[in-house]
Amino acid sequence: MMRKLADAILPAVTLAAMLTAIYMVFVYVPTDKVQGIVQRIFYFHVPLAIMTFVSFGTVAVASVMFLWRGTRAWDRIAHAAAEVGMLFCSLVLITGPIWARPVWGTWWTWDARLTTTLILWLIYAAYLMLRSMSGAADQGARYAAVLGVVGAVDIPIINRSVYWWRTIHPAVLITREGGSGLADARMQATLGICFLAFFLLFVWLLWVRNENMRLGDEIEALRQQALGQA
Amino acid sequence: MSADINGADMTNLNFLFAAYTAVWVLLFLYILSVSRRNRSLDKEVDELRELLQRRKP
Repeated sequence: MMRKLADAILPAVTLAAMLTAIYMVFVYVPTDKVQGIVQRIFYFHVPLAIMTFVSFGTVAVASVMFLWRGTRAWDRIAHAAAEVGMLFCSLVLITGPIWARPVWGTWWTWDARLTTTLILWLIYAAYLMLRSMSGAADQGARYAAVLGVVGAVDIPIINRSVYWWRTIHPAVLITREGGSGLADARMQATLGICFLAFFLLFVWLLWVRNENMRLGDEIEALRQQALGQA
Repeated sequence: MSADINGADMTNLNFLFAAYTAVWVLLFLYILSVSRRNRSLDKEVDELRELLQRRKP
């Protein structure tokens, strides 16, 4: 019942939010006076970055729960969130340089925020490699859970990096002076809808990937049962 | 400075296009791969359940 409801409602609501977000990004929001049209990358780049943190934060929380309780359900959530987080983090690392090239004049610079974000990507790439190499082994799941928790330490470092080190990456939402980086109400509304759309996308993808893994576990259990009957 | 459309500066439109294309292509491929996997796993679960049902005395 819950599965059918989630399968029907989540993609429909996510699609509606995404279409609204696209309309607002390309039609509704005014063009930035300084950066021009390329600034519109911001409306997907920033929510993707925040959802990367939410995804890897979910990995850390679910990993702690798995280490504490030892329940496979928490392990599945951690694994699924890591995969979704990798997708989002990859998109951040793709859209960032595409935006940086016309604005900063370079695709990449070893700036504190960019470097720590790349480190985050590498940590969770290692997490997923560990998961794929250890298969369904419980010990592998426990090692991965430890990595999932330790890796999340990089999230607050990324967040504070623009304040701790000299960097060319802007402190986008709240400026160094403490005010909002977005003065126009339409820009704020567009960013809000994009956040909502990407949050729904995160929930939907997490649900679908978690279902994938749950079905995989069910197949394994049914196979064992079939072997027992033979 | 390139031509303006409705007062908006169209310089670097190619970068905007590249960024959004990358986002949509990757998201689409991931969703497609996960949905396909779900369908195939669903089918396998049904087949195994049917097999177990047939074997029941």
